[in-house]
Parts: sequence; C-alpha cells; structure tokens
Amino acid sequence: MREQYPAIIVVVPLLSALVISAAGWVNKRLCFPIAVAALGVAAFSSIGLLLRVMDEGVIVYQLGGWPPPMGIAYYVDHLNALVLVVVSIVAFLNVIAAKKSIEQEFPEKAAPFYTLYVLQVAGLLGIVVTGDAFNLYVLLEIAALTGYGLLAMGEERAPLSTLNYLYMGTIGACLYLLGVGYLYIVTGSLNMVDIARLLPPLYQSKAVLAAFIICMVGVWLKMAFFPLHAWLPNAYTYATSSASSLIAPLVTKVMVYVMIRLILTVFTPEFVFATLALNNVVVWLAVIAIVMGAILALAERNLKRMLAFIIVAEVGYMVGGAWLGNRAGMTGAILHIVNDALMTLCVFMVVGNIVYKVKGYAFENLQGLFRKMPFTMGAFVVGAMSIIGVPPTCGFFSKWYLILGALQAGHYGFMAALIFSSLVSVVLFFRIFEICYYEPFSDHHGHDHPPEPMDEAPLTMVVPLLIVAVILILVGLYTGDIVNHIIKFAIPEGLV
Amino acid sequence: MKIIGLIITIITGAFLVYAAGDFPAWADPNSPASTYLSPYYIEKTIEDTSVPNIVTAVLADYRGFDTMFETTVIFSAGLVCFILLRIIGRKEPETRHYRHILTGVTVRLKEGRKITTSEDFERIDDLWTPPDLIIKTGCRLLIPFLQIFALYVIAHGHYSPGGGFQGGVILGASIILMSISHDLRTSVERMREKVVAILCAVGVLIYAGTGALCLLLGANFLDYSALAPMLHVDPIAARSHGILIVEIGVGIAVMTTMIWIYTNISSAGKYNQGL
Amino acid sequence: MAELIPTIIAKYNYWIYIILMMIGLYAMIAKNNLVKKIVGMSIFQTAIILFYVSIGVKKGATIPILEGVHGHGAAHQVVHAADYVNPLPHVLMLTAIVVGVSTLGVALALAIRIYNRYNTLEEDEILAQIRKE
Repeated sequence: MREQYPAIIVVVPLLSALVISAAGWVNKRLCFPIAVAALGVAAFSSIGLLLRVMDEGVIVYQLGGWPPPMGIAYYVDHLNALVLVVVSIVAFLNVIAAKKSIEQEFPEKAAPFYTLYVLQVAGLLGIVVTGDAFNLYVLLEIAALTGYGLLAMGEERAPLSTLNYLYMGTIGACLYLLGVGYLYIVTGSLNMVDIARLLPPLYQSKAVLAAFIICMVGVWLKMAFFPLHAWLPNAYTYATSSASSLIAPLVTKVMVYVMIRLILTVFTPEFVFATLALNNVVVWLAVIAIVMGAILALAERNLKRMLAFIIVAEVGYMVGGAWLGNRAGMTGAILHIVNDALMTLCVFMVVGNIVYKVKGYAFENLQGLFRKMPFTMGAFVVGAMSIIGVPPTCGFFSKWYLILGALQAGHYGFMAALIFSSLVSVVLFFRIFEICYYEPFSDHHGHDHPPEPMDEAPLTMVVPLLIVAVILILVGLYTGDIVNHIIKFAIPEGLV
Repeated sequence: MKIIGLIITIITGAFLVYAAGDFPAWADPNSPASTYLSPYYIEKTIEDTSVPNIVTAVLADYRGFDTMFETTVIFSAGLVCFILLRIIGRKEPETRHYRHILTGVTVRLKEGRKITTSEDFERIDDLWTPPDLIIKTGCRLLIPFLQIFALYVIAHGHYSPGGGFQGGVILGASIILMSISHDLRTSVERMREKVVAILCAVGVLIYAGTGALCLLLGANFLDYSALAPMLHVDPIAARSHGILIVEIGVGIAVMTTMIWIYTNISSAGKYNQGL
Repeated sequence: MAELIPTIIAKYNYWIYIILMMIGLYAMIAKNNLVKKIVGMSIFQTAIILFYVSIGVKKGATIPILEGVHGHGAAHQVVHAADYVNPLPHVLMLTAIVVGVSTLGVALALAIRIYNRYNTLEEDEILAQIRKE
C-alpha cells in the first residue's frame, strides 16, 4: 500500500465525497463521520508520502499503468509533499471545527455542503500532486466550481460577490489553458517534466515567451495578486464562516505553489530569471501589492474584511519572494506558503468562533471578548503575533528569509515594504486587542456590575483552534529542520 | 467601463497576434504537435486496447484520470445548482391554476387551496399555455426512440463517434423534452429528485470504483489490465471492457446531472412548475 | 513585407480565433447586464476550444477512427500516422467543453439567486441598491 500513497491522497476524498452525497439522502448523520475519516486518511497518507520522499527522493507514479508522456504521471518531490501535508492538515482540522457552525446556519443542506467541502479538498490536493499540465487545469476547475458553491452559501450579498469571483476565476483558468495550448503547439507534449526537457532550444521563440506570460497572468488572477485582486475581499467576507476558513487559507497558497512549480520545473530558472529579466517589474508590483493591502486593511471597520486585505498583502510577500531570483527569497516564499496557510487558518477559525457566539464580526460586536471567550482570543493573539512577525511564531522566520533574499538581491524597496506592512499589522491587531479587552460601557454608574460569565464556543470548535495555535509555535521552532531537510532539496541547485 | 474594456481587449489581442507569429501553419503535418506524441496513439491503439476509435481509447484509457475528474466536474456543477437554488422545508402557500378539461374554463385558487386529483380538472402552470395535443403526442412517441439512440451511442462508442458524454446528454435531453412538452411535474413524477441525485453520485462512483478496484487488485489506479482475471479475458480485451464500464458510469452521471440542473434552474428551486 | 502576406494567409485560423476570444473578453468586461456577461464568458471559452481543435488538423487526413480494422484480434495491421488527424486535442477539448457547460450552469444559478434578491439583472441598478442599504 505504500506505493499507492499518491493515488490514495486524491482518490479517497473523491470516493468519500460521492458516498456522502448518496448517503445524505438516506441518513443525514452519516455525513460528518465519513468526511472526517476521509480527510484523516488523506492527511495520514500525505505525511507518509513526505517521509517516503525524504528517504527516496523524487517519486513518479503512473496512472493507468502508462508511462509518461503517453499517460498522466504524478511527480512528487519535496515541494509537492510539503504543500500536500499542509493542505490536508488544514482541511482536516477545519472540518472538525465546522460541524457546529454548519448545524447552526443551514442544517437541511449539510450533506451537499460536506460533499462540496471534501471535493474542494480533493481538487486542491490533486492540483498539488499532479505532474501533467492539462490535468492541473481540470483539477483547477474542480476546486473553482466547488469553491463557488461553498462561497455563495453565505449572506445576502454572497451570490453577487461569487458571480464576480466566477468571472475573474474563469478568465484566469482559461488563460492558463491557453498558455498550456501554446506550449503544446511548440513542443507537442503535456507532461511538465517532458516540456521542460523539450523547451531549451526554443527559449528565443515568441510563442514560449507568450505562453509564460499568459500562464503567469492566469495564475495571478486566481491568487489575487494586485491589481487583479478585486474579487477577493467581497468573496471572502460575505461567505459563511466554515467555507471561508477552508478557502481563505488554501486556495491562494495553492495558486502560489502552481506559480513556483511553473517557475522551477516547467520554465526553468535560467529562462525565467536570466533570459526574461522581468524580475524587477514583478517585485515592484509585489511591493505595491503589499503596501496597498496594508493600507486598505487599515480602512476597514469589519474584522473579516480586514483579514481579507491582509491575505492580499501576504500574496504580495510570496510573489515578490519567489521573483527575487535567489535561493533565500525562494526559500522564504516556500516557507511562507506553509506559514501563511496555518496563520490564516488560525485567524479565520477565530472569526468562525466569534460569529457562532456573537453573530456578527464588525468591530462593535467584539467588545469584551477577552473575558467571554479566553481560549479563542488566546489563539487569536498567537495568530496575530505570527502575522506581525514576532518570534518564536513561524511568521517571523519566513519574513526573515524574505528580508535576507531582498538584501542579497539588493532590492531595498521590497525590504522596506515588508517592514512597513509589519508595522501596519501591529496597529491593526493592537487596535482589535484594545476593543476586545474592554467591556461594553454599562449604564450602571458606580453599581457593582458582575463580570460577564465565560461563554466560550463549543469544544469541537475550540480544540482544533488551540491545536493550530500550538502548531504555529512548533513550526516556528523547527524552522531550521524544515528548511534544511525539505526546502533545500525543493529548489534546484542552479539557483544561488 | 467600455473604454477600459476596449483598451484591455486591444492590447491582449495584439499580444496574442504577435505571439502567433511563431506557430506552424494551418494543417501542417510536420508540426511538433503532430509528430511527437500523437503518432504513438494512432499506431499503437489497436495493439494496446483493441478499440478502433482512437479518441475513446485516449479519453478513457491513456488519459482516463482526466476523464474521471471531468465527470466529477459535471457532478459538482449539478450539486452546486442544487445547493444554491433548492428550497427545502416549509414553503409558503401558493396560488394554483386548474383547467376544466371538457369546457376549457380555468380556475385560480389562492393561498394553498387545492382540488384533489380528479378526472375533470388538470393542473396547469401560471403562465397560460394552450393545450396542444400534437406536441404532447408527438413527443411522447419520440422520447423512447431518443433513449434507444442514446444507448446505442454509449455502447457503440468504441467503433464510431460517441461515448459516455454524448450518449448521456441525449438521455438527459429526452427527459427534458418530456418536461418541456408536458410539464415539469410529469417528468419529476417519472424521475423523482431523490433517484436523480443518488444516480448522479452512483455514476461517478462506477468510474472511480473501477479505478479503485484496479488499485485493490494490485496494479496502479485505473490500470484496467488488472481486471483481466475477473472478467476471464486477456489483458488487452480487459482494457476494452474497462473502457465500456467507465463509459456507462459517465453516461449515467451526465444524464442525471443534465436533468438535475434543468429542473433546478427552470423552477428556481421550487419544483412546482417549469418553463 | 512580401513574405508577410503568405504567412498571414497560411495561419488564418489563429487570427479568427483570437478575434472571437477578444469579442468574448470585451463582452465580459464592458457589458452591463449579467446574462450578457455570462454569454461573453461562454464565447471566450468556446474560442479557446476551437483554437485547440485547429491545432490537430493535418492536410489530407481523415477522422481519428481506424478504418477497416475490427475489434479484438486485429493487432497485426499496419497503421500510418499521417492518415489520421491528431486525436489528442479532441480529447482535451471534450474535457474543456464539459467544464464550460458546468461553469455556465453555476453562473446561471447564481444569476437566479441575484435576481430573486435584487429584482434586476443590470449591474448598475444592483450597485445602486447596495449603496442605499
């Protein structure tokens, strides 16, 4: 069974999603256990796959028994395996926390919701593990369609924001498809490693340049890189909390993974950084993304929207780090994929708990929460420290690598943007801490008003949140091991 | 907004035209796409899978993994339409229209009152449609032939253009024809919502289940030659039979999804009347 | 300049599909009505499908179904690759068509939800209603 891990990771969630859909019409209470079991198996096999890759190196798995390029092949190396572990663990922890809030908001449609949830995770896992360019497009569309369904289940403005997300997401996916078509015209193959082998004689051709730019613009549209980010704040704010805490940590990071895969494997770094020489332009775009994300987050009076703009800034970190063109920057970008997924999961789960108890997420609803929900707010403090970049949480270490890369490349604008956004995050989060710490102003002047009792969210929502907070600190402490044993081998040696 | 759209469109179009300068000419037999990978498919299909239709062989065998996810895409589209639109639970009392069959007089009953099923009155939709005997009878005669043709298209996909997707769409179209020519309630009575939803998942389960069966029998996922001992044929014929099994699964999934999407969208989730 | 004209005529399929794509893209960005935007999205996707299918054409070749061979046991006949059209773009575009139909279905379901809430499908009227709330 160990050889079949790459297939199990995607197939088990897919089969269980179908079983949940059929079983939901018979008995509603079966859905949650099947979903948890499926995502647990996926998490377990992704950890097993990572350990195998660390032992054996790159693993190639042929689907249908056909060797590439005739058939589709999975190509699992260190980068893949690391992102797989992150995606599956985030999804597993979130589904446990989502149970209560699904029961509160739409109990009669719980079965289709779990189905879409598990299908979305299967799509994201498939995007990360595949080695075939067209297979990636199909899985991209699965993740996108199920995402539209999950996001549209929210408040009144949700369908309109999801429709705008649909337009931009479809343009992005179609542009990616067009880029793969251009590559197919000039090489004749669809397998990523095969294309990388056939491309070097063609580096000067206009078609390859166009294919790269079209693929990049398509992927940027789907990861909300400024100025193509207009869909993200609305889509994530009005969604229901169990959907937004799945999609917000994962979808943009998986798109960043796709971009890094295109840069490192398909169009090798020699083409991207040496022949093309667009580094400077893209890093300045990333600087603008970070600054605009931070400034627009300051203007919001609404916790969820503020966090959505912080995601825009974080995407700027990752794109800028990857395009700096040196090993430290790329290490920072890959490490930030891991860290940002965990940080965003932590803060969005906190918002889910708050919405479950208080039924609102504007700043006015947050008063006195430190006393009413101490565990939730404790985890929120850890998540906020990570976003600001305070050691020993993991956020500090990825920012460290990014600043190191900026110094090596001589790009002081990027370093200034990173420091600026850390300072803005301090303002943003301490503002919230202040609101949450003080009780609402009571009318009983001078009377002894008894403090509000602790009204914490249920246990299934608090325990995964605390686990995530602990993981944030652990990942920070073990950063050296992660970088030296995994990320170092994910980047090809040519990159200095 | 129109000016911004025009500028973006012109710039993108100019960029694409510039990039097309390097492409091979139209219908060039020596282009890289036609000489690198596809000769293997054309020359070796009959040896590897004994299926003359090369497109079906590539779709369901060589690149069968893609097709499984494509079936999942269409299943999830049906599920998204259901979860967005369907109104479950207490419905507000609605206005019903009935027509007396002999005299043609229409009656409107407000606030949920209804006439129990009887031979004198039939229920009609809110948008008044004239009773048309020719359309109803013609479609009632045509639908079984549509379905037989669709089954032929699925089964003969190995030897002629066809396969699971095409046949499934025609099957779905036959039920949609019933709901357009008669009315939505008739087709919902024939194929209830629960049956449609469960069959949809079963169709994709047949496809993924075949692949998982190959996994359990020791080969890689979706490697149909592992089914050879179970079907008592040699591995090459087992591939041909495996393709047929997954095409049947695809056909079921596509048919039920087409019906599901149509009934949800045309009745806006209420399942009381269609177009 | 003289060798540009034969080049333009030899690749006329690409120019047609690029024009179609740009018509679809313009409709998605510039039109006000939600259904017209959805139609533009459909045109954009269809143009990409036609683009891919046109890659596989070979001069003088027929459709990719092997002629004159019967199913099981005909493995000994020789097949020339130049006689048959490239099957791979057809396979890829079967998938793309299905994906396009699914996206169209989801977009229409969202448009129905929006209409039920705001009673209009024009984007400027919807934004005006939202600003008033």
